[in-house]
Amino acid sequence: MAENVLSVRNLRVEIPLRHGILCPVDGVSFDIPSGNILGVVGESGAGKSMTGNAVIGLLDRPAHITDGEIWLNGKRIDNLPKEAMRRLRGKEIGMVFQDPLTSLNPLLTIGDQLRETILTHLPVTKAEAAARAIAALEEVGIPAAAHRINSYPHEFSGGMRQRVVIALALCAEPSLVIADEPTTALDVSVQAQIIALLKRLCRERGTAIMLVTHDMGVIAETADSVAVMYAGRLAEFGSVRQVLSQPEHPYTKGLMASTPLAAKGKKRLNQIPGAMPRLDKLPQGCAFHPRCPVTEARCTTDPGPTLENCGGRTACWLTTKGAP
Amino acid sequence: MNFSFSRAWKSDFMWSFRKSPVAIISFFVALLLILSAVFAPLIAPHTPFDPGSLNLMNGFSKPGEPNAFTGESFLLGTDDQGRDVFSTILYGMRISLFVGFSAVTFAMILGVSLGLIAGYAGGWVGTIIMRVADVQLTFPGILVAMLIFGIAKGFTPIHLRDQMAIWVLILAIGLSEWVQFARVVRGATMVEKGKEYVQAAQLSGRKSMAIMLRHILPNVMGPVLVIATISLALAIIAEATLSFLGVGAPPTQPSLGTLIRIGQGFLFSGEWWIILFPSVTLLALALSVNLLGDWLRDVLNPRLR
Amino acid sequence: MLAFSIRRTFQSLIVLLVVGLVAFSMFRFVGDPVDNMLGQERTDADVARLHQILGLDQPFPVQYMKFLQGAAQGNFGVSYRQGRPVGEIISERLPATLELAAVSAFLAIVFGFGLGVFTAIRRDGWAANTIMTLSLLGVSLPTFLIGILLIYLFSVELGWLPSFGRGDTVLLGGWRTGFLTESGLKAIILPSITLGLYQMTLIMRLVRSEMLEVLRQDYIRFARARGLSDRIVNFRHALKNTLIPVITVTGLQLGSIIAFAIITETVFQWPGVGLLFINSIQFVDIPIMAAYLMLISVMFVGINLIVDLLYFSIDPRLNVGKSGVSG
Repeated sequence: MAENVLSVRNLRVEIPLRHGILCPVDGVSFDIPSGNILGVVGESGAGKSMTGNAVIGLLDRPAHITDGEIWLNGKRIDNLPKEAMRRLRGKEIGMVFQDPLTSLNPLLTIGDQLRETILTHLPVTKAEAAARAIAALEEVGIPAAAHRINSYPHEFSGGMRQRVVIALALCAEPSLVIADEPTTALDVSVQAQIIALLKRLCRERGTAIMLVTHDMGVIAETADSVAVMYAGRLAEFGSVRQVLSQPEHPYTKGLMASTPLAAKGKKRLNQIPGAMPRLDKLPQGCAFHPRCPVTEARCTTDPGPTLENCGGRTACWLTTKGAP
Repeated sequence: MNFSFSRAWKSDFMWSFRKSPVAIISFFVALLLILSAVFAPLIAPHTPFDPGSLNLMNGFSKPGEPNAFTGESFLLGTDDQGRDVFSTILYGMRISLFVGFSAVTFAMILGVSLGLIAGYAGGWVGTIIMRVADVQLTFPGILVAMLIFGIAKGFTPIHLRDQMAIWVLILAIGLSEWVQFARVVRGATMVEKGKEYVQAAQLSGRKSMAIMLRHILPNVMGPVLVIATISLALAIIAEATLSFLGVGAPPTQPSLGTLIRIGQGFLFSGEWWIILFPSVTLLALALSVNLLGDWLRDVLNPRLR
Repeated sequence: MLAFSIRRTFQSLIVLLVVGLVAFSMFRFVGDPVDNMLGQERTDADVARLHQILGLDQPFPVQYMKFLQGAAQGNFGVSYRQGRPVGEIISERLPATLELAAVSAFLAIVFGFGLGVFTAIRRDGWAANTIMTLSLLGVSLPTFLIGILLIYLFSVELGWLPSFGRGDTVLLGGWRTGFLTESGLKAIILPSITLGLYQMTLIMRLVRSEMLEVLRQDYIRFARARGLSDRIVNFRHALKNTLIPVITVTGLQLGSIIAFAIITETVFQWPGVGLLFINSIQFVDIPIMAAYLMLISVMFVGINLIVDLLYFSIDPRLNVGKSGVSG
C-alpha cells in the first residue's frame, strides 16, 4: 500500500468563547495515502472546513488544536512552531478555497501571485520562476498562458479563476492538497471540469487530496475514500464503494437514502427529520441520536466508539453486518 | 431596520452598559458636568459677570489660598479682574453646553427634515438638496461655521452683536452639521420608501407629511442617534474653538473657550490656574461625550455584533 | 478615463462658480462697502460717485462677472481694515501658511500611516493598545488645547522652543521662508505638531481599520495558505489594497489642513493667511474674507479633483479598456 501522505489521529479543536467552549472537531482520525482522494462530507457546520484549516495550520483565533496528532509524510506537524509551519504551507500542503473571486488579490496580476509563490518555496531564479508560472497556467488549461500571465483576476471568468487558484495551490509542488468546497461557487457546467482537472493533476503527480464538500455526487465521482462528519465527529469512514453502497452508520444511511438516485420510483425525497445540532447545544452521548431511527437507551449517554485505525468502521454501536 | 427602544433598553443595551467601565465612568462624568452647568446659579459661590460684585483687589488669587489683600479665599483662584475661576467655569460650561445641544438639535431638525424630503420626494428637489450638501461637505465644518458667523455678524447692527453672538453661534455650528443627518436620513428614507408598509399607507390615502413623520421617521432614528452623539462632541469642540479664536461667545457671556483664550495671556506670567481649570473641564466634557458616543455607536452597530 | 476627467473637472468648475457667487454676495450685501469706505461725513454726491466707481450701479450679473474676472486675476479690491490691495496682503502671508501646512501634512502622513500599519499588524500588543487609547485623546482634544499644552511644556517649563511667531525668515524671490534659519526651524516645530496631530490621529485610525478589514479578506488567507511570509502578506498584499480607499480620504483630510491652520496660527500668532482670516472676521473685512474663501475653495476643489483622478488611475478594476477575458 502507498505511504500515507496525511495521517490524522484523534484531532480535537476547541474554540473558547465567552459563554463556554465549542468543539467543532472532536476525535477525528483518517489517513490519505499518496495519490488518493479523500472526500470529507457533511452538512454545513459539521466541522469539515475546520478540520482542513487545522491540518494546514490556519485556524482563526481563538480556535486551537487541543488534542490529537497530525502527521505529514511521516513527520508530525501539528506542534510545529509558526515559522516552520509557514514553510510547509504551499510547499508541502496546498489549499484551494471555495470562492475564486475573493481568493485572488484583485490588485496583483496572476503572474505576480504565481511568481511570488514559486520564489518563496523553490530555489529558482526569477527567470525560471516566470517560466514555471506560465507552465503552471498551461497545465490547468488556460489558453494563451504566456499572453494572459500578466492579466488581473477580474479579467477572467469564474471557472478560469478557479483554475488559476488551482495552479497557485500546486505550483510549489505540494504532496497534499486540501480543496475546501472548490466547486460550490461555480456554475454546474464548470464544476465537472474543475473536478476532473483536480483529479488529473493529482493522479499525475501522486498528490493526495482532501476534498471537503457537502455534495455526495462529487464524492461518488471523484473520491477513493470518504469520511462522513456529523457535529464535529466522524460518523463513518471507508472506501467510497463501501460507504456509498453499504452505509453502516444510520446518518450515512439517511444521507444515501436522500439522494435523488435513491428516490427513483418514489414520489418524495427521503429526509432525515430534524437538523444537525448547533455546537453549543450538542446532545449527550451520540450527537445523532435525536434524529436516529434506530436509537437505543445507550445512545443517550455514550458517544460511540471512535475510529482508531480507519479500517472502514463507524461510530455507531449498532454496526453490524447483515442487520436491517 | 426596525429599531425598538423598549426592547433594546431591556436587553443588550443595558447589559453592555453595565459591562463597560468606560461607558459608566463617562456617563457619570458627563452627568456631573451637565448638572453642575444646569444648576450653576445655585452652586456657584459668586456671580462673576455682575461687575458690581467684583473686587479688583481679589485679582490673581491663587487657588485655595486666602488673598493677600482681602483675605477672601477662592476654590480655584481668580483671574485678573477678581472673578472667581470656579464660578466662571460653571457659567462657562453652561454656555458651552447650551450652544452645543442647541446647535445639534438645530442641525438634527434641519438635516432630518431635508433628508426625509430629499429621500421621499426624490426628483429635482432631492437632487438640489444633495448637491448643496455635497458642495458644503467639500469644506471642513469649522470653516463653514466661521464663515456663517462672519457673514451673520456683518448683518447684525454693531450694538446688538454681543447679545446676538450666542444665537449666531448656534446657527453657524448647526448649519455646519446638518449635512450628515440629511445624508443618512435620505438614504434610509429611500430604503424605507420601497417597503410595503409605506406603499400601504400611500394607498390608503395618507398624506405624504403624515407618512414621513409617523411611519418612516421612527425607522430611521437609529443611525440619526449615532450621528447625533458624534455631532454633539464636535459641536462642543467647535464652539470652544470658535470662542477661543474670538469669533464665538462674547466676553460678556464667556464660554469655556473664551476663558481659555483669556488664560493663555497669563501662561507665561505664572498664573497657571486661569487656563488650567477651564482646559481640564473642557477636556473632561469632550472626552466623556466622545467615549459615550463611541460606546453607543458600538452598541447600535449591527455589523459588529 | 477621459470622460470621467472631463466630467469631474466640469463639476469642480461649477462648485467654484457657486462659491464665487457666495463670495460675491458677501461683497454686495453684507454691510455697505460704501459705508465701510467713507466716513460719517459724506455727501450724497460722494456716495453716488463711489457707487459708480465701484460699479455698484451695474446690474447684478454684470457685477458678478466682473468680480469673477477680478478674482481670476487675484484682484479682490482693497482691504477695509488695512487699506492695501487684498491680493498683496494674501500673497505676503501665504508662504507662512503653506510652509506650516507642508510640514504638518508630512508629519501626519508619515506617522499616521506608520502607526496605522503598525497597530493593524500587531493589533493585540500592548503598544498598539496604548497608541489606540491615546488616539482617542487626540480626537477629543481640540487643536487649540494641544497647542497650548505644547507651549506650556516646551516653552514655559522647558524653554526649548518659542511660543509664538515664525522666528527669523529669509526672503527668496517673492517667498519668505523660515526654513533657512535656526530660529525659523525651531519656531515651526510646535505649530506643525499641533496642526498635524489631529490629522495624524485620523489617518492612523483610518489606515488601521482599513488594513484590519483587508487582512480579513479571503485573498489574504489564500496568500497565507500558500506559505507566503508575513512580510510579503502584510506589505505586498495587504498594504496595497489598504492604500486605495485610504488615499481618497487622506487627500481630502490633508486639504483641510489649510483650513485648520486658522486655529494653530491663532494659538501661535503665526503670521499666515489663517490668522489674517480670523482678524478679518472680527473686523468684518469683507474683501479679505471673500478672497480667503475663494482661495480655500480653489485649493479644496483642486485637491478633491486630483484625488479623484488619482484614485481612478490606481485601481486596475476601474481601468476599463484592457482586453476582457472569458471562458
